[in-house]
Amino acid sequence: MEIRVNPTRMELNRLKKRLQMALRGHKLLKDKRDELIRQFMLRIRKNKELREQIEKELTEAFAKFLLARAVMSAEALEEALMYPTAKLALKVEKQNIMSVYAPRFTWEEEKTTGDEEGSIFPYGFVGTSAELDTSIETLSGIMPKLLELAELEKSVTILADEIEKTRRRVNALEFVLIPQMQEKVRYITMKLDENERGSLTRLMKVKDIVRAKV
Amino acid sequence: MSTFKIAVIGDKDSILGFKTLGVATFSVNDADSALSALKEVAKEDYAVLFITEEIVRELEEPIAELNKRFLPAVVPIPNNKGTLGIGMAKVRENVEKAIGADILFRKEG
Repeated sequence: MEIRVNPTRMELNRLKKRLQMALRGHKLLKDKRDELIRQFMLRIRKNKELREQIEKELTEAFAKFLLARAVMSAEALEEALMYPTAKLALKVEKQNIMSVYAPRFTWEEEKTTGDEEGSIFPYGFVGTSAELDTSIETLSGIMPKLLELAELEKSVTILADEIEKTRRRVNALEFVLIPQMQEKVRYITMKLDENERGSLTRLMKVKDIVRAKV
Repeated sequence: MSTFKIAVIGDKDSILGFKTLGVATFSVNDADSALSALKEVAKEDYAVLFITEEIVRELEEPIAELNKRFLPAVVPIPNNKGTLGIGMAKVRENVEKAIGADILFRKEG
């Protein structure tokens, strides 16, 4: 490896300071990486479980829906579902995980039908099948879980990106920058020592010559 | 704080049920209409976007682009024909990216 530095004392001081800073940064980044991974592990297991559960439930709900569609005519179904009763108002907050920002969702359902308190069905029960009722009921039961999954998956994705970035930085410091600087410091110290020895022997030599002449 | 919307993109049969829950639904049949729906979602303030896995498969790149942003959160969901395993694959991808090895799924596989 070629070293391109001036072997001066000033350069040595500068380098030593930089090396110290790099070591400190490396330690901090390593801690950050470890904590990020810990946070990630907490989330990813839940993420996996939730997704498995949701995929199962959603498939079931869709199957029920398919049944409902088979019993009713397409027009009647379309008509029944034309006007949604609920309106989901989603609020987004930032949550801070090790100064990585991920969204946190909170929501409230606004009911638009005034007379039927809490009804999730946008239609009257005349002319629609019971299968439609159950399928919509399951679907609305899944919705909060789906939103939870969305929040979780987003934060997991963001965390994964951040972990990758941090790990790259840690490795760059550990395996490139810090060894390079240590090498430079060693080179300069050796060069300076060599110069010192050189000047010392020169002095002794000069002294000898001067003494011989007298 | 302003409120955000939720969108579902997918084939008509799968997403019709979501309409009753107060979610914006975009029913699409092919990749082109899905892309334009995706663009519309990206433009407006949607916070969560559920896409059926069949469409996720068609639109890998634009979805990856959306994933880099703070919002919306894109979530693949199975459609009425069952799951294709894309959502799970995404979870695994994240694990591999973060940890460097697949530690969640290795035991089963």
